Amino acid sequence: MIWGVLQFPGSCDERDALHACSLMGEARLIWHESRDLGGVDGVVVPGGFSYGDYLRAGAIARFSPAMEAVAEFAAGGGPVLGICNGFQVLCEAGLLPGALLRNEELRFLCRQVDLVADGSPSPELTTPEGGQLRKRSPFLAGIESGETLSIPVKHGEGRYYAPEEMLDEIEARGQVAFRYAPGQNPNGSVRDIAGVINEAGNVLGLMPHPEHAVDALTGSIDGLRLFEGAAGARV
Amino acid sequence: MAKARVLIRPKEGILDPQGKAVERALPALGFEGIEHVRVGRMVELEAEDPEQLAELCEKLLANPLIEDYEIQTL
Amino acid sequence: MSAPAASSSPHRELGLTDTEFELICEKLGREPNGVELAMFSLLWSEHCAYKHSRKLLRRLPTEGERVVMGPGENAGAVDVGNGYAVAFKVESHNHPSAVEPFQGAATGVGGILRDVFALGARPIAILDSLRFGELDSVRSRHLLDGAVRGIGHYGNSIGVPTVGGEIYFEAPYEHNCLVNAMCVGLARQDEMVRAAAAGIGNAVVLMGASTGRDGIGGASVLASAELGDGDEAKRPTVQIGDPFEEAKVLECCLELLAKGLLVSLQDLGAAGLTSSAGEMASAGGVGIDIDVGRVPLREADMEPFEIMVSESQERMLAVVEPGKVSDVLALCEKWQTGAAEIGVITDSGQIRVLRGEEVVGDMPVEALVDGCPLYDLSPAEPEGWIYGNRATLAEGASAEETLLALLGSPSIASKRWAFEQYDALVGSRTARQQVAGGEAAAGDTADAAVLAIPEAGNAVAVSIDGNGRRVACDPYAGTVEAVLECTQNLACAGAEPLGLTNCLNFGNPEKPTPAWQLDRAVTGLAEACEALGVPVVGGNVSLYNEGPEGPIYPTPVVGMVGELPDPGLPPGSAFAREGDAIALLGPFSPSLAGSELAKLRGELEMGLPQPDIAGVAAACATVRDAVRAGKLASVHDISDGGLSCALAESAIGAGLGCRVDLQPLRERGCSPEEALFGEGAGGFLLSGDPAALESLATEGVPLVLLGKVDGENVEIAAGDRSLTISLEDAERAWRSLPGQVEAVS
Repeated sequence: MIWGVLQFPGSCDERDALHACSLMGEARLIWHESRDLGGVDGVVVPGGFSYGDYLRAGAIARFSPAMEAVAEFAAGGGPVLGICNGFQVLCEAGLLPGALLRNEELRFLCRQVDLVADGSPSPELTTPEGGQLRKRSPFLAGIESGETLSIPVKHGEGRYYAPEEMLDEIEARGQVAFRYAPGQNPNGSVRDIAGVINEAGNVLGLMPHPEHAVDALTGSIDGLRLFEGAAGARV
Repeated sequence: MAKARVLIRPKEGILDPQGKAVERALPALGFEGIEHVRVGRMVELEAEDPEQLAELCEKLLANPLIEDYEIQTL
Repeated sequence: MSAPAASSSPHRELGLTDTEFELICEKLGREPNGVELAMFSLLWSEHCAYKHSRKLLRRLPTEGERVVMGPGENAGAVDVGNGYAVAFKVESHNHPSAVEPFQGAATGVGGILRDVFALGARPIAILDSLRFGELDSVRSRHLLDGAVRGIGHYGNSIGVPTVGGEIYFEAPYEHNCLVNAMCVGLARQDEMVRAAAAGIGNAVVLMGASTGRDGIGGASVLASAELGDGDEAKRPTVQIGDPFEEAKVLECCLELLAKGLLVSLQDLGAAGLTSSAGEMASAGGVGIDIDVGRVPLREADMEPFEIMVSESQERMLAVVEPGKVSDVLALCEKWQTGAAEIGVITDSGQIRVLRGEEVVGDMPVEALVDGCPLYDLSPAEPEGWIYGNRATLAEGASAEETLLALLGSPSIASKRWAFEQYDALVGSRTARQQVAGGEAAAGDTADAAVLAIPEAGNAVAVSIDGNGRRVACDPYAGTVEAVLECTQNLACAGAEPLGLTNCLNFGNPEKPTPAWQLDRAVTGLAEACEALGVPVVGGNVSLYNEGPEGPIYPTPVVGMVGELPDPGLPPGSAFAREGDAIALLGPFSPSLAGSELAKLRGELEMGLPQPDIAGVAAACATVRDAVRAGKLASVHDISDGGLSCALAESAIGAGLGCRVDLQPLRERGCSPEEALFGEGAGGFLLSGDPAALESLATEGVPLVLLGKVDGENVEIAAGDRSLTISLEDAERAWRSLPGQVEAVS
C-alpha cells in the first residue's frame, strides 16, 4: 500500500505520520500545492497547525490544491485518515460531519486516553446498517466494537460538536468511530465523541493521534491497528 | 473600496468557554450584573464589491455550523 | 547624515557610562550620531557584551573530544556518532516574561529554537526551567499561567516536543520570574553552518517576518526625540511571537542548508539586525553594509535606528553567494516566508548603515562588537542570610505532617498540570520525559529525558537543573550540586555526559553580594565541569534580576546532554514490582541546610556541606553501568525533600507502597530528620533484585539495602521520627498543585 501524507505550511506531525504509514507500506509526503496525489492508495491529513490555524483550525487548509484532490479521492472511495488538525480540516471541508471547538478548559492538553471503538452509550441507535458501515471502513476493519485502544491526545481545539439532530443521525448511521472512555473525555466533546467516519465509511477523522501510538518505546502501539486495518483491507 | 467589518460569534446555544471564563472573572474585579458574555472575533476588510461578503463569510470567515456572522459596511 | 543628533547626554539614558561614551567617541574619532549611539548602547549592554561576566566565563572548560562547536556560535554542539551532532543551548527570557508572561515565554522558546536551527540542526526537544514567587501571590499565579501557556503555544504550534523541565516557587522571584528555555537539535555535521560572515561581495539576505517596532523599548529615549508626546502607542516593548512564521522559516533554512545555498546563518535576537550583522561580520573579520531601505517593514515610517534595533521575531540573516541569491529567494517563496537582499559583505571592516544611497551610520565592526570594556567585579561575601524566612509549617509538626507538607510544596509536587499543556510526543523520539515531580500525562518519565536518535543508532539523555535556594546558601557548593544533579539525572538514564550549557541568572553584578554570588558560582561550575570532564559548549548570562526587596536567588541553570546506547534501556523512576529490594547508593550525607524543610520552617541560613565531586562521579558511573546492564527495576535521584520524598514519589508513580528502615543513614551520623528530609548530592534510590543491587557496591561507592517495595503505605523507620502514610494521602498531597494554581484569592 502506498500512503500519501499531506504537508501544509505549519504541519507538525507529518513526519510521525509518515513513519507510522511506512510501517504498513510505503509512504511519501504530498506538498499542499500539489493537485496530484501521485496514485497513492490512502491519504493521511496529519496533525499540526496548518497555516498557523489562524482564523479557525483547518479553515484555510481545506482550500489548498491538495485538499481539492483529496476530496475527489475520497469521493471515489479512497481511504482518508484525518488526525487532529487533519480531522479539523476534513470537517471544515465538509468531508466529515461536525466541527471542532476550543477545549472546554481552554488549555492545550497532551494526555494518554482510552478510546472505545464504536462505544455508543445508546446501542439501540446502532442500526444493522451502522454495523455494516463500520465493516466498510478500512481503518476500523480489524477493530471490534467495544474494544479499547490507548492513544494520546494533544490539542487545544478538539471539542467535537454537531447539532443534536445531526448527532442523532450520525449515531443512527453508525458513523461514530471512537468515543473517549467513560470519565476520560479531555475536552468536553459532545457525547464523548473522539472520531467519526463519513457515510461511506472510507473517511475517518479523529482527535487522538494513532501515529503517536505505533511504538512501545515512545508510548503505546494501539494506534498501529488503524494503519494495519487500512493496509489489510486493501490486500 | 468599501470598508466593512465582519463580526463572528459562537452560535446561540454553543458552549463558549472563553465567554464563561470572562464572566467568571468579573465578580473578582468588582463588576456586578453582567451576564451572557460571548467571545467572538472581528475581521476588518476593504472590499470592491461588498455583495461578495456574505459568500466569503459562509465559505471562509465563519463556520456556519458553529458560528453566526454579521456584516457591517462602514 | 540625517540621523537624529545625539542630544546632550542620551547615552546615560541608554545605559552607557560617560567613560564608555568617551571611548566610543575615541574609537569613532567623533561623536556618534543617533543611529550609531543606539547600536553601540545595545551591543555594549550587559545583555550583548557580557561586560560584567565575560572575564569570569573564561574560567570554564570548553574543550572536549566530542565538541563540534563551542561557545561563540549560536549554540554548542557535540558529536553523537555516524556523522551527526546534537546542538543545544539554554537562554533566558526573564525580563520580557515578567512584563508579559505569555508572549515573553513564547518568544523565549522561539529565540532558542532559532539559535539551534541557525546551526543547521533540526530542533528535536525543548526543556524549560521556570522560577516564580510563592503561589499564594496572585502575581505569581498569573506569571506561571501565562508562561506555561506561552511555552505551550510556541512549542506545540511549531511541532517541537517539550520533554522536560523544572519549576520552583520562591519568594525572591516574586517580582522577577525566570523563564529559561533550552533547545536540543540534531544535525548532520556536513550540513552544519557557522555564524561567521565570509566572502567579500557576498549578499546579505534577511529572511522571515517583516520588521516592526517590537522591542525597541531600550532605545526609546531616542524614539522620544523623534516621536511626539501623543505617540506612546508607537513604542511597543513586548515582542509578539508567531510560531507559524517560525515553522516556515525553520523548514526553509534547513532546506537551504541541505541544498548548500548558504555561506553562513544567524538568528536575530536581542538588538536585532545590529547584533546579528555586527557579530557575523566580527566573527568573519569582514565589513558589512546594510541598506535599511530594503528591509521589509511592517510600518512604513520607521527610522533607520528603529530598523537596526528592532527585535521583531522570526527573522534570520544569511550570507549568500551572489549567484545563489535567486535560488534562495525562490525557496523562501516556496515556504511562503519573506526574504530580501539587504546588504553586502565588504572588506572595509566597517559596519555601514545605509538608507538607499545615504550613509546613516558608519562604525568599525571591532569597536561595535568587541570594543566594550570588560569589568572586574567587586565581590563581597554578605554577613549572613540576606533573603527572608517565612515559616509555613506548624512548629511541632509530626513526621507524617512534615512529609505531606513537603509533597504538597509546589516546588516538589507533581507538575503534571503544567507539563500536560505541552506536546511531548511530536517527532516520535521521546522515550522518556524529565518531568519535575516525575509524572507525565502521556509517555514515561525518568530523571532525564531520553530521545531516540535512530540516525546515529543510539539515544541522548537531557536534563536541566538548578536550585537557586541552595545556591543562595552557598553559591559555590550549590552550583557544584546543580552540575552533579544533572550528571546524576543522566546516570539514571544510563547516559554519559557529552557537554553542558548554562544560563546564569543573577542580580545586579555591580553590587557586592550578587557579584560574590556570581564569582563563586562560576568557580563552582568550572571546577565541577573540570572534575567531571564535561565541557561547557555554550551559555547565556542574565544579570540585574532584582525586585524591590533585592536580588533573586542566584540561579545558575545547568543543561546537560549525554549519550546512551539504546533509548529503551532506562528504567523509570517509579518502583516496578512488589517485593523488589530498595537500596540507597552513593556518598549521600543529607543535611537540613538549604533544604525544602528548612524553608518550610523558616530556618534558612548561609552554608551547605561541601559536595564530594569525585565520590558522586564514581556513583554516577556505577549507576550508568547498572542501567545499561539492565540491573535496575527503578532508579531515582534523591533531590528536593530528601529521601522520604524520593521514596514517596517512586511509590506514588507505581501505585506500590514501600517499607524501609533508614538505620544505615543513622550509622553515617544522620539524625532521623536528616535521614528523612535532609538534602545533598550523591544519593540514588534504586529498586530491583536484592542480589543484583548488592553486587553494585564497590570501594568508594557505598550501597545499603533499606527495605522493599511492599504494601499500600509509605512506611519509613527512622528512630523517633518513624512515619507511615497511606499512598492515597501521599498522592493527594503530591497532586495538589492544580488546586493551588487555580485558587481564587
